[in-house]
Amino acid sequence: MENSRRKFLKVAGASALGMGMAGTAVRAIASGSGNKPKTMKNDNALTAKHWGMVIDTRKFKSHKDVQKLIDVCHKIHNVPDFEYLGEHKQQMHEIKWMWEEEYKHAFTDLNYKYVNKRVEHLPFLVLCNHCENPPCVKACPTKATFKRDDGIVSMDFHRCIGCRFCMAACPYGSRSFNFRDPRAALNLKEETVSGFPTRMKGVVEKCNFCAERLAIGKKPACVEASNGAIAFGDLEDPESDVRKLLESNYTIRRKQGMGTEPSVYYIV
Amino acid sequence: MLETALKGTKRYWGLLAAFAVVMGIGFLIYLKQFDFGLGITGMSRDVSWGFYIAQFTFLVGVAAGGVMVVIPYYLHDYKKFGKITILGEFLAIAAIVMCLLFIVIDLGQPMRILNVWLHPSPGSVLFWDTIVLNGYLFLNLLVGWIVLQSERNAVPPPKWIKPFIYLSIPFAFGIHTVTAYLYCGLPGRHFWMTAILAPRFLASAFAAGPSFLILLCFIVRKYTKFDPGKDAIQALSKIVTYAIIANVFFLVCEVFVAMYSGIPSHMDHIKYLYVGLHGHGALVPWMWASVILMLLAIILLVNPVTRRNESVLMAACIFVFAGTWIDKGLGMISGGFVPSPLHHVNEYIPSVLEVVLSLSVWAAGFFVLTILFKMAVSIKEEVNA
Repeated sequence: MENSRRKFLKVAGASALGMGMAGTAVRAIASGSGNKPKTMKNDNALTAKHWGMVIDTRKFKSHKDVQKLIDVCHKIHNVPDFEYLGEHKQQMHEIKWMWEEEYKHAFTDLNYKYVNKRVEHLPFLVLCNHCENPPCVKACPTKATFKRDDGIVSMDFHRCIGCRFCMAACPYGSRSFNFRDPRAALNLKEETVSGFPTRMKGVVEKCNFCAERLAIGKKPACVEASNGAIAFGDLEDPESDVRKLLESNYTIRRKQGMGTEPSVYYIV
Repeated sequence: MLETALKGTKRYWGLLAAFAVVMGIGFLIYLKQFDFGLGITGMSRDVSWGFYIAQFTFLVGVAAGGVMVVIPYYLHDYKKFGKITILGEFLAIAAIVMCLLFIVIDLGQPMRILNVWLHPSPGSVLFWDTIVLNGYLFLNLLVGWIVLQSERNAVPPPKWIKPFIYLSIPFAFGIHTVTAYLYCGLPGRHFWMTAILAPRFLASAFAAGPSFLILLCFIVRKYTKFDPGKDAIQALSKIVTYAIIANVFFLVCEVFVAMYSGIPSHMDHIKYLYVGLHGHGALVPWMWASVILMLLAIILLVNPVTRRNESVLMAACIFVFAGTWIDKGLGMISGGFVPSPLHHVNEYIPSVLEVVLSLSVWAAGFFVLTILFKMAVSIKEEVNA
């Protein structure tokens, strides 16, 4: 008798627990379909069907002209500077969203012996191309890298597992991995800027076309600081600045033959 | 059956202790890496995969190589492999354990590893690699366990295990094919972008895996009462012969296509590996050592007189294993990253900590392998007694 009562209590307890859990699950499903979390848009937000960039390289004369834009970008995005590590380690662990390359490195497949001297020594600004067919998005095993509806290839730093498959997949070397704690370098110089999160070690990062600025109605920082040398707009809008520039100038893109369809164009 | 692994000679425990010590050192290094980040390795922005992923790639091959005893026995009824199929399966298990460890220690944020299954991305080859690797591990554990247990009880293996055995065959090919697809589908990485990358991986796998198994057979024969059999070893050595020839043939095909077409982006990586590029050539002596080892092995293996001589065969197997290890565990990954897609030449040299941590993963694999082989051999001794 005692034994069967104990058994009953056990079964009753387990069922109650089970029902409780089922109830929670039902509530979770119900709330999931009923009131999905909504993304609120700022009324001033800049929007586009396909954000694109046109860089007029004729307007960049020297290293100083491009470095100014790189500094602005890296400053507002809390990109660490590992200069204190010495040249070798700095180069190995470097984080860069936007940087300067020579023509032969930026356009590996368009280089030749008798290329125009001006172009050969021009400082080219390179960054993530926000490809229409981004190989990094395909490679990512967790969807930490994804393409937004407006064409921006974005990243969730909190989901990234740091497998670096995206770095192997990117044909433009546009991605950096945090081989060490980036906050250590930022704290060292006490230069952390609020408005964009710092990252932790072990995740990949790259240019995000200043999605956080577009969201509050501002153009990307490099565009703003470029005095008109960089145009930014909707590639699908025939009336946009970028489309007008593409109409009136011959432009090139990096590694055209890869089928990635970059959204960054260069006037040379 | 696990109890057979709990009683053994002093030599057995000594061996396990030695591996455990190396594993312990590796664990301490891993704590350091966990705390500091992957910056303790020699990897860099340009060479973002290094020694860990290279070991992983090589060991997937060793694991897949186990199928070279499974196919003849189960599909062609080659009875002489009956005694050693379990050794092949257990070698595969140990190799997969190492593969999984190498993947985990290569992650920047290992605590988030389950994101791969929480947010499944069928477009990513890495997602599929986790599926086939874990599937192959499960199949080998199941098949190995059931078949060994039946052998111990002197009954034929249950019928229901057959489908799992047959399934393990495509999985073996699958793990190395999918691993090759990790690399060969990436635009801008011309060294890997070749349709024969998966076949080449399989050829080197079917050379490295069985050659290692032959060496293990020699060790088992010397130190235990279980004899895998001369014929089985000779049959395995023929498999190694075909596979290593295929591997070298594929390498020749790669070099021909790149060099004869003269396309710089394809030639540059091969130049970097075999003659050096813009004054950088850390891997050149290694790559030539690999070529020489593989060619020497072919000479020794093709000739029946030398192949049948067991001491020569042993040397040939060491050459095959070392040669394919350099080819894949050293050259294959950094060779694909140098030069970078922007044609910068930044070389990769693994750090000391990175190499020792890798060694400790190998030690962990050998730890598992020793226990598994101890079980298999004890049961074989028990049955034969």
